[in-house]
Amino acid sequence: MRRLTSALFLTGLAVLMAAIYQQMDLVVTPLAGDAINASAAQQVGAGNIVTAVVLAFRGFDTLLELTILFTAATAAGLVLGKPRADAPRDPDAGFILQAGADLFFPLLLVVGLYIILHGHLTPGGGFQGGVVLAAAFFIPVLARPGTTLDHHAVSLIEGLAGAAFILIGLLAMLGGGAFLTPLLGKGELGTLFSAGTLPLLYLAVGLKVGSELAGLLAQLAATEATD
Amino acid sequence: MLDATLIFYVAAVGLILIGIAGIVLSAHLVRVIFGIVLLEAGANLLLLLATYREGAAAPIFVKGAFPAVMADPVPQALVLTAIVIGVGILALTLSLALRVHRAYGTLDIREIRQRMEQDIADAAGIDMPTSSEAPAPVYAHEDGRS
Repeated sequence: MRRLTSALFLTGLAVLMAAIYQQMDLVVTPLAGDAINASAAQQVGAGNIVTAVVLAFRGFDTLLELTILFTAATAAGLVLGKPRADAPRDPDAGFILQAGADLFFPLLLVVGLYIILHGHLTPGGGFQGGVVLAAAFFIPVLARPGTTLDHHAVSLIEGLAGAAFILIGLLAMLGGGAFLTPLLGKGELGTLFSAGTLPLLYLAVGLKVGSELAGLLAQLAATEATD
Repeated sequence: MLDATLIFYVAAVGLILIGIAGIVLSAHLVRVIFGIVLLEAGANLLLLLATYREGAAAPIFVKGAFPAVMADPVPQALVLTAIVIGVGILALTLSLALRVHRAYGTLDIREIRQRMEQDIADAAGIDMPTSSEAPAPVYAHEDGRS
């Protein structure tokens, strides 16, 4: 009976979606996208137009997005709480995972920083590289469950990175521009030192996302051990 | 438009359908969370497909290459935002589910609901709100279904 009602519900939902699909005008001409593609490289100086959109055209949105991520991570930390002192720990990982973690740590660090610093030139950026950085710091914790991340250092990096993002935005206002207007000149398209403050903003984003995710993952791992 | 992109539209709408079904129909909290994740994936795919163009290059300028048609960067930036927020949602919902499991020892929604109503009634010092038409209480692990 329950399976039958589930199937009926799903069929109805599918019919509804199909009806919406019939009504949609699916051949959208990307007016804003074409305009941005045509002018962003000259206006911002970033080779990666997605980065130009994320940090230059709607940088304020990105700041709010970071705020959402920060709020979610803080709320998760609040909900999880501190693990008990006498909580049972996971056993240590085997030789392969421990050696692999030691081997991968510098590699992931370099790859993460590369992805962050080349976010305005190649696919990638602060969010993607930040996740790689978080993995670099979380894999050693997985390999040796006894060790934990230094939560003070993590929250210090996180706070400083967030403050740097807002500070760069405010510096643009000193010159009379809008909040988060790119500064420092555009440079030559396709070189590392181009696109003004965009690489600095992405570095702040990457450090913030990386420290936030690493702290969150470490806390989740520590909580799991108590159950 | 019966072309190759139709299968991607079907996949995106199918992911959304599976996600909604998971949220509405499953009684297990972790499956509800997986439903949310699938729904997000479907929505992201639909957003990207909305401005898909045949043979368009990625919106990245490289030295010496000037592609005639470039993909729309706006939905890509939007989906980047959506993915990051999805990670935040996933972390928060999973930690809430962990906390619920620690408090009630189960992740079955029906059982949690009854236990929570019992707790509220106990705290208020009143009887559980009942109705003669209310269904009999269901405990997943007792009747063998989940």
